[in-house]
Amino acid sequence: MRFMMLMIPGGYDQAAPGTMPDPEAVRRMMAYNRDLEHAGVLLGCDGLHPPSMGARISFAEGKGRVVDGPFTEAREVLGGYWMIDVGSLAEAIEWARRCPAGANEVIEVRQVQELADFPQEIQAAVAEGATPS
Amino acid sequence: MAMPGTDDIRRRIEAVWRIEAPRLIGSLARTLRDFGLAEEVAQDALVAALETWPSKGVPERPGAWLLTTARRRAIDILRHATLATRKHELMEHEMSDWPQSDADPTHSDNEFGDDLLRLIFIACHPVLSTDARVALTLRVLGGLTTPEIARAFLVPEATVAQRIVRAKKMLADKQVPFELPPTAELGPRLASALEVVYLIFNEGYAATSGEDWMRPLLCAQALRLGRTIVSLAADEP
Repeated sequence: MRFMMLMIPGGYDQAAPGTMPDPEAVRRMMAYNRDLEHAGVLLGCDGLHPPSMGARISFAEGKGRVVDGPFTEAREVLGGYWMIDVGSLAEAIEWARRCPAGANEVIEVRQVQELADFPQEIQAAVAEGATPS
Repeated sequence: MAMPGTDDIRRRIEAVWRIEAPRLIGSLARTLRDFGLAEEVAQDALVAALETWPSKGVPERPGAWLLTTARRRAIDILRHATLATRKHELMEHEMSDWPQSDADPTHSDNEFGDDLLRLIFIACHPVLSTDARVALTLRVLGGLTTPEIARAFLVPEATVAQRIVRAKKMLADKQVPFELPPTAELGPRLASALEVVYLIFNEGYAATSGEDWMRPLLCAQALRLGRTIVSLAADEP
């Protein structure tokens, strides 16, 4: 079962372009990442530059409208993620608990939808889309 | 306030165990210099957790709790062993070097990678039959219980328990040390470990008997072990 651990750092919504983490925090995080790797559960992980260096594309008007970051209305934004492969939600939560995160950080644990989780009609739609027409 | 149900706690203990088992057994085997004893006292610590945590709650640092409990158990066993005089002295010496009892084995250290490698090499040792290697690997590296392994392989629990007991006895009889193999032996020893990964994956993948959810678990365990070996190999100079 794949899970994403989504890192949500407080205040990252309004962080200036080029905001970088503290080297000591990175050191701790690298040790944690290595533990995940040695345990054989880590599939991938990355950190994200702040929203002020990105953009949002909304579709309310039928076609994409681009708004450059930072986004005034957003309060909780992603700072990074881990993709892990573990046996249960409980195990994903146990791994998240072990993260050397700071006091202003929150980790959201979410299960990845696998093909087998979908009802038959969605599986059929996926199969159709995967076949070149 | 809603109390967490017994099932929730059991699931959490199981999750903690899957994460902590290799670290715990590796650290104990290194300090005790006895893989069989390490595995035994680690299992005792798990039993103690299953008895205590549902009523008292899961400790703040479950890995540290398990390690402390397992060490106490090891000291008790060694104190009672009449033949272990010399070993006992060795133990006292080793244990004076042990970190404080609340030391957290979940805290990363460089030893962990080496412990894991030693664990893989001893559980997949060529002196063991393939059945024994598979059972021991799933137990010490995968954190699976004997009933779980039995259900996955559709064999009686007693069969798996026997395989594990015999495997530990064989390792003790052959005086297989908890060490990294010498460079010249690395190739064949690694091949032996990869064979175990293959056997576990194949058992899950080629399953002919129904939808048992334990079988996908075997594939997942094989992939996980494969990734562990790759990440450790990448760390080696």
